[in-house]
Amino acid sequence: MTGGWMQHLVVLPIVLPLVASAVMLLLHDRRLRLRSSLGLATTALLVLIASVLFYQTLAGGPLQPWVGTYRLGDWAAPFGIVLVVDRLSALMLLLTSVLGFTSLLYALARWDRSGPRFHALFLLLLMGLNGAFLTGDLFNLFVFFEVFLAASYGLVLHGSGQPRVSAGLHYIAINVATSLLFLIGVSLLYGVTGTLNMADLAMRIPNVPPEDVMLLEAGAAILGIAFLVKAGMWPLGLWLPRTYAAAAPPIAAMFAMLSKVGVYIILRLSMLLFGDQAGLAASFANDWLLIGGMATIAFGAVGILSASTLTGLVGHYVLVSSGTLLAAIGTGSHRVLAGALFYLVSSTLAIAAFYLIVELVERGSVEEGEGSTSEPVFEDEYLGALAEEEDNEIGVVIPATLAIIGGGFAFCALLLSGLPPLSGFIAKFAMIDGILAERATMETSSWWFIGLILASGLAALIACVRAGIDLIWTPDETQTPALGVLEAVPIAILLSACLALMIWAGPAMTFMEDTVRDLSDRAVYSDSVLAPIGKSVGEVAP
Amino acid sequence: MEIIMALAIGVLTGSGVWLLLRPRTFQLVIGLALLSYAVNLFILAMGRLRVGAPPILTKGAAVDPAAYTDPLPQALVLTAIVISFATTALMLVVLLASRGLTNTDHVDGEEDQP
Repeated sequence: MTGGWMQHLVVLPIVLPLVASAVMLLLHDRRLRLRSSLGLATTALLVLIASVLFYQTLAGGPLQPWVGTYRLGDWAAPFGIVLVVDRLSALMLLLTSVLGFTSLLYALARWDRSGPRFHALFLLLLMGLNGAFLTGDLFNLFVFFEVFLAASYGLVLHGSGQPRVSAGLHYIAINVATSLLFLIGVSLLYGVTGTLNMADLAMRIPNVPPEDVMLLEAGAAILGIAFLVKAGMWPLGLWLPRTYAAAAPPIAAMFAMLSKVGVYIILRLSMLLFGDQAGLAASFANDWLLIGGMATIAFGAVGILSASTLTGLVGHYVLVSSGTLLAAIGTGSHRVLAGALFYLVSSTLAIAAFYLIVELVERGSVEEGEGSTSEPVFEDEYLGALAEEEDNEIGVVIPATLAIIGGGFAFCALLLSGLPPLSGFIAKFAMIDGILAERATMETSSWWFIGLILASGLAALIACVRAGIDLIWTPDETQTPALGVLEAVPIAILLSACLALMIWAGPAMTFMEDTVRDLSDRAVYSDSVLAPIGKSVGEVAP
Repeated sequence: MEIIMALAIGVLTGSGVWLLLRPRTFQLVIGLALLSYAVNLFILAMGRLRVGAPPILTKGAAVDPAAYTDPLPQALVLTAIVISFATTALMLVVLLASRGLTNTDHVDGEEDQP
């Protein structure tokens, strides 16, 4: 992609939602139709852009490394701000945009009216996420983190109500404190190496003198804590299930991506900065990640079994998913990592779909009221339209509601527990196969990891079956909920994405393996980012 | 200079962490504010402490980097100040909402049972 407007495609996932959300702020909350169509158009465009970027990473063919860079203001890399698209970021961008589109579509059915300024905050969240995946600079990473965190603070409170506000208070306090840890970590890394550009850091870390290695590792560890809190590693993730359960369902579905940002950064930094070529500080955190990840899986599995609500169940499954990914990063094996990336995509889609289905299931059986909407706190707050048009605004109602919800629920349960033939099974199979491939040098901890992967699947299965029997198959007096097309379509999109992942598992795995190969070779990343300015922007690495 | 700076960061962090662990929302906000001051000072210190050296290069003349202080941490601190200011303001709004909904300023929304 040399020259032309195509080169600016890289910056669009950040600029587009930013501009759109600024426009949203100018539109009054009552102009529903305009706001909905603008939001939907923006997210649809984001899907398109992410697909084009993703397609470009495939252009070089398998085995061919691919890194595209975009220099803002055309300053040479270590001095200017740089955006980087490689296979991993393109994959995450695509996943984010698909989740964004489907969650927004789902929210249009009713949730976007249960509080003020939903669309602006939602688009800002997308902007922050996209920025965090694209940036090639630690401090910009901090800025984008703050952007999506600030948006998520607003979204957690969306719909108001006492449970949301007190969960939100904890969420904000924890994340503000973590951001400070992030800053400490970043400044320690800067103090030791004198740069914040990730590519430049990767080049300088092997040359850090032995007396400074301790400081470097401390900085990286403090930085890591900040991301592990986001990812929800035990014991840093105790806030997560409660906050996600309190958030409105489409927002919780989007938050499934939020915890994956933490995992993404851990993966990116541990491969790029502390990979095999990092000299004295190589792989210093792997054991911690492996053990911490396994503890997270165990905690999440117990939480799944003991959860009394479906939202609590999914919340703990988010922990299991993060734990599996962190432990897979901790193994440091490339085949396990390729499986883990597959698992990341599959489990994120499944969790998001599950959050959406859970709301439909519980709408039928649980009394409306607490949590869904409530009295305004401040006088000027926009009163949602939920109360008066609860029944007539649901849109076109499709028949056989219960069958569809039940089918979707069973599909999600299979995905979460990792049973064949769906993509959840393929992902877990790939990871376990990767672990067993290195049987010769395997340690006891790897056996534990395999055991925990299987046990967490069993826990998810038991909990889902129990909840499913209780909520769907037990006949009771409550009427079946009306299911609008607007609510069925997003779930269908998410689940068919999982189906597609299952059908094209072969090409998908090849892509994941290429991604891991790119990640493990820091020269590929650094050389294309630090390439001299004479080369055209968006250069494809040799 | 170094000792004063280290003491300032240490005292601010210590008081900030202590306040952060208190049960009242107001203490929480003050604790987070103190912690962010400590972190801002820390970022500045990571650019090495220099007195009387300008951060901006003079135009034209040959540049000796040793005569200048590192401008980057100062730019980082500015960003960090703005962001922590904004999140503190947001925190105050949530704090008020929580106070209004629960009638208590306890962080859990309910008083401890005596």
